[in-house]
Formats: sequence, structure tokens, C-alpha cells
Amino acid sequence: MTQPWIEGRFEENMVLTTIEQAINWARQSSIWPMTFGLACCAIEMMAAGASRYDMDRFGAGAFRASPRQADLMIVAGTVTYKMASRVRRLYNLMPDPKYVIAMGACTTGGGPYFKWGYHVVKGVDLVVPVDVYVPGCPPRPESLLEGLMRIQDKIVGQRIAKRVGATGKVNDELPVPHHSGYVSLPTDQSALVFDHQKVPS
Amino acid sequence: MRGPAFLEKIEAAFPGAVAGTHLEAIDPWVEVTAEKLLPVCRWLKESSDSRFDSLECITAVDWLEPDPKKAAKVTWQPHTEIVYHLWSTVSRVSLVLKVKLPRWKDDLPGSLPAVASVAGVWRTADWHEREVYDLSGIEFTGHPDLRRILCPEDWEGFPLRKDYQMPLEYHGIRAK
Ligand code: SF4
Repeated sequence: MTQPWIEGRFEENMVLTTIEQAINWARQSSIWPMTFGLACCAIEMMAAGASRYDMDRFGAGAFRASPRQADLMIVAGTVTYKMASRVRRLYNLMPDPKYVIAMGACTTGGGPYFKWGYHVVKGVDLVVPVDVYVPGCPPRPESLLEGLMRIQDKIVGQRIAKRVGATGKVNDELPVPHHSGYVSLPTDQSALVFDHQKVPS
Repeated sequence: MRGPAFLEKIEAAFPGAVAGTHLEAIDPWVEVTAEKLLPVCRWLKESSDSRFDSLECITAVDWLEPDPKKAAKVTWQPHTEIVYHLWSTVSRVSLVLKVKLPRWKDDLPGSLPAVASVAGVWRTADWHEREVYDLSGIEFTGHPDLRRILCPEDWEGFPLRKDYQMPLEYHGIRAK
């Protein structure tokens, strides 16, 4: 007789983990995005949610129609000045912890409307804080899934805040990368090839 | 409906209304004076032989060359043109009407040029005229509800005018 797959396997065992890991695991595997698409990118977001790409595999398939129930805001499409105040209001309505993916060229920096568009916000990061940028016009569903996994990485990296000392700083901060891409700067500055990699003194 | 015979009929019904024509174009057009626009439109819809019962679109064209070097070479004077595309579902012919307006009323920058609204003739004109007002800054006198339709209601300026300048910021959002 074959063994039952799960039944009875944990009865005499224990699973040890930390609160931190358990919480992160739970959060990471059920990210609920908010349903809203602003332009053409929304079509790719829908494709990513549908059967062929199936975002549900990563626990992010439950698109909620209310910001109160959502953890992730996928800003998919052109944000106009008229829409910007609504986007910010929806963001404020979401419960913490909340994450934002800027999907597509329009939301990362104005996209095709950057130069001559009179109506498009030049990047949704001027309106709400963005965690992950997904470039493309529109990005393919695979790219959005990749962006989703970067959000999951970010969640896994979170720590339960511990204060250093009585009034010290909360030590849950992630290392902030320098714009050269190095987390800690190389000591030999002459090895850097491009000007923009050098740190101005 | 695309011939001199039609022009004669407009002329007979409204002497002095036709300000110019171009009948050889692919879409032949007739220019009417701004004062006579409303009666001509009503006549075209209700009394002319071919009953133009449908207004397809309204367009505003801003004739201005912002580059001073190129502006020295152009042959026209700066002005605004409003173009009405009409279609008759009865006799299946189309007609293009044009109206010429100054860019600013009395050449005072900021005071909008005005033309009569045709929203009472064709209901379609209601939103089309709001859009033209929103983006090109033409005032339609007699319009039932002339508000901005696409831009936010507190937006300043008319974005599709050639000399439009983007604001530096809008409600704290950097715009340039
Ligand atoms: S990035 Fe491209 S596809 Fe996406 S909303 Fe903008 S124009 Fe549309």
C-alpha cells in the first residue's frame, strides 16, 4: 500500500521555524494585487493573470476590487494628471505592508508621452513610492511575473524590527545600493570605468 | 452635393455666408462666416436637399508657427480654423464645413475666440465642442454645458495650442 501523501506524516514530528520566516512565508505566498488597469499595459496584466501565464502559481492571482483587501498595487498603464490624485488616494487606502509595481514605460518615466504629452505624469514614482519597476511597452507577462518575484524577494528580506538600544535606530533597513549598483563601494576608485560610477567627493 | 450647384443654393439661401471654397480637394470644403454658421447648419440639416443629419466630428486647427525663423516664411496669417465633417445618412454624401476665427478674440491673448454652438442642431456636438474648448480654447456661445471634458477641471491653458507651455508642476507633481 502506498503511503498517504500528507495525512499522518506530521503527527509525530515537529516543524521548527521562526516567527519571522513564518510570517514572511505567509505574506510572500499570498500577495493580493489590486484590480486596476489604466491603459494598454493592463491587457498584459490580465494575460499574466489568465490561464496561460497563471499568476496564481505564485499566490498572486486573487485580484481584489477594493484597496482595503489588497497588498500590491500594480500600476499598469498611463497615469494622467487627472488620475494621479486617485492613484495616491487608492495607495493611501491600502493596509500596510503594501507594495507597488510600476509596470511599463509610462509608469516608470512617462514612456512614449515623455516629451510631448501634456497629460501624462512623468513616472508614477512622483505620486506613490515604487518598489519594483518593470520596463517594456508593454512588458510581457513573463516580465511582470519576474517583477512579482522581486517583490517576493523584498518580502522575504523583511525582519521583525529590533531596536538597537533603548532609543536606537530600528534595524530592519535594507542596504541601499549606490547608484553605481555597488552595495559597498570598491576602495579602488580608479578601477571604475564610467564617470557616473564614481562617487563625488 | 459636391458641385457648384450646391454652392449656389447656399448662396441663394444665405447671401454672403460663403467665405471660400475648395472643390477640387479630395474632401471638398466650404468655408462659411462665423456669424452665419448656425443658420447654415440648421438649414443643411433640415431644409437642404440632402439632409445632413449626422455630424461626424469637430476639429480645431491652430495655424501658428512658433519657430520665428520658419514663421518668416509662411504665407498665411496666424488664425484658428474649426472644421465640421457632416454626413447625410439619407443621400449618403459628405460635406466639410470650415469656419475661420482669430487665435484670440480682438488679439488679446487670453480672451477666447467665440463661435456659435451647434449642439442644438446635432446632439453629437455637445461633447465634441467641450473637447475643442478643453484642448484648443474656443468658446462656443449657447453651449448647454461648456466645461473641460478631458483635462482636470482646474487645468490651466489649452494644451493643443501651438504656443502652449507645460506648467512646472501640478498639485505638487513635477510636470517638466
Ligand atoms: S508602457 Fe506602453 S503599453 Fe504600457 S501603458 Fe504605456 S504606452 Fe501602453
